[in-house]
Amino acid sequence: MIGRLDQIFVLLKHWLLGYLPESWQTPVGVIISVACIVGLYPALFAVTTVLERKGVGRIQNRLGPNRVGPYGILQPMADGIKSLTKEDIVPTSADAVVHFLAPIILVVTVFMGFAVLPMGRNMVLVDMDAGLLFYFAMGASTELSVFMAGWSSRNKYSLLGAMRAVAQMISYEVALLLSSVVVVMMSGSLSLVKIVEAQNHYSYGLPHWFIFTPWGCAAFIMYAIAGTAETNRSPFDLPEGESELVAGYHTEYSGFKFALFFLGEYVAMFSISALGSTLFLGGWMAPVSWLQVVPSWIWFFGKLFVSMCVFIWLRGTLPRLRQDQLMNFAWKFVLPMCLLNLFVAGLWRFMGEGWLRWVVCSAILILAYVSIGREGMRRKKFGPRNYRYAE
Amino acid sequence: MLGEGILKGLAETAKNFAGSFVSKERMTTVEYPEERLPLPEASRNFPFLVYDGEDWEKGLRCVACQICEKECPPKCIYIEKSKDKKPDYVGKPQIYPTKFDIDISVCMSCQICVEVCPFEAIKMNTEFELATDDRFGGLLLDRKELARSNEYYHEIHPTEATEVDARLAGEKAKVEMKAKAAADAAAAKAAAAPATGTGAAVAAAKPAASTEAKAAPATKPEEMAKVPAAATAPVAETAPAAAKPVPGTGSDGPAPMTAEEKNKAETPAKPNEREPKV
Repeated sequence: MIGRLDQIFVLLKHWLLGYLPESWQTPVGVIISVACIVGLYPALFAVTTVLERKGVGRIQNRLGPNRVGPYGILQPMADGIKSLTKEDIVPTSADAVVHFLAPIILVVTVFMGFAVLPMGRNMVLVDMDAGLLFYFAMGASTELSVFMAGWSSRNKYSLLGAMRAVAQMISYEVALLLSSVVVVMMSGSLSLVKIVEAQNHYSYGLPHWFIFTPWGCAAFIMYAIAGTAETNRSPFDLPEGESELVAGYHTEYSGFKFALFFLGEYVAMFSISALGSTLFLGGWMAPVSWLQVVPSWIWFFGKLFVSMCVFIWLRGTLPRLRQDQLMNFAWKFVLPMCLLNLFVAGLWRFMGEGWLRWVVCSAILILAYVSIGREGMRRKKFGPRNYRYAE
Repeated sequence: MLGEGILKGLAETAKNFAGSFVSKERMTTVEYPEERLPLPEASRNFPFLVYDGEDWEKGLRCVACQICEKECPPKCIYIEKSKDKKPDYVGKPQIYPTKFDIDISVCMSCQICVEVCPFEAIKMNTEFELATDDRFGGLLLDRKELARSNEYYHEIHPTEATEVDARLAGEKAKVEMKAKAAADAAAAKAAAAPATGTGAAVAAAKPAASTEAKAAPATKPEEMAKVPAAATAPVAETAPAAAKPVPGTGSDGPAPMTAEEKNKAETPAKPNEREPKV
């Protein structure tokens, strides 16, 4: 019974496919899975928007939206209807084709990432051997769409937003990849299914998630920072800093195209959170062994929910960074820490079992954290600028 | 250490988040259409016309002198004078506005009309829910829509309204006193005329009349229930326009003052009109 509940979606799909001829089963199966993913995440997006607005409201001692439906839970429907019925304006001087393609590319590439993410036991669309690589390839294409949007709008604010977005995303993409590499080093596979299975054992009832190791913990923190920056979320939302750039790269978008950007941003958050929980938090695994009776997909979406809450919490807490702070942080703190973490992961692998590797690895990382944090992030004092040639 | 501030901040927002469910005092906002905060007494937005008594049309204080219309900077007031007259609060026949329109889409809430009005007829309202789906007619308020009772004025601006009432009562008392004195003088003259021969009778009648006339102002202010004694004293001595304190927030700018002075210069005959023609 428990096993069946765990596999309910897989069994449901197989039961549906059983009515079809043999040759149809594979393509129809893929279409069903894709439809599920494409339907599920926008629904989650709708829930998250209202959760975010209410959560941030509570953080600011407000109630948040509470007019549409009981407690405002129907707010996303009102928002959706509004954005669908709005006029779609394309600036006359915009590059119409690129302007049109940008939001589509964003949404498509963001959804492609879910193809390789296991959402439960046996619940993965494609168990690719190079799943992580595929994921990052897809994740990197969002930069393309952002720049397409900013450039094609022919608006200085859009272009500035897009420039910032690309600079930021490329900087943090490095950190994102390097922090994930340690997981690949330890699990020996790029397949996300195998990475989850590498964490799938318990000792004393507690799981062997990668976050519970010194290198895993450090990598997770770096991954979380880089992931937040990668999805342009607050406090790294410089590309759409409304106080200085109107709305950044999607200034010239309205109606449904704007809704697509909004959707793309949130689905990217889901996807980054899902990858983070897959790499470091054991994916669909239960946090304690006796809770394994609960279906695996519940754990996956539970972790997703928790990380979304953390995203919202951070947004409600932190002010936006400045561009130089952002870049300093990426290149002077996150990147050195990630590189050091690679070394620590190797050390951990070759020191063998025992308490010594815990002490040594933790000590190296904490020491590095404190010293890089002290030295690298020290506030610099600048005197008045002297312009030699321009007066 | 790096990140300490972030953790502190996160703790603070978490406290806010949890606290907002528990304590009502934390909430900074009010659920507006259902609950509303009391308006501060000095709040004002658009003018309204004050009327005394029950009937708004009869009790309208406005005498269509058109000072406000002339002074209004964006020219949002339109007044048409009546051909006939109706008695005002002192019982003197006055013309009244047959038409008094204020276009609140033009009005800039400067309160100059209130400050120049010598009859306390136009005051600032606190109503702010004036949204309408009729862009032209809905924002053009006629005198019926503008009329509000004196009780309403007391409700929204209690201090200011009490002052105004005291001033009006003082004026009324003064007018009545004068009327009475004039009547007494006339009566005395009438009494004196036929009885020129009998000197003793005249000597007895004259002091009696004058004491009666003097007693009247002493008793009159006591009859007004709401009148503070301090307010009546200066009113009795000085001219009504000079005694009038400039109400509320508009008093700091030089514009209302000059407007008032200009108005006085322009219409020197206006205050005299209120004196009863005996």
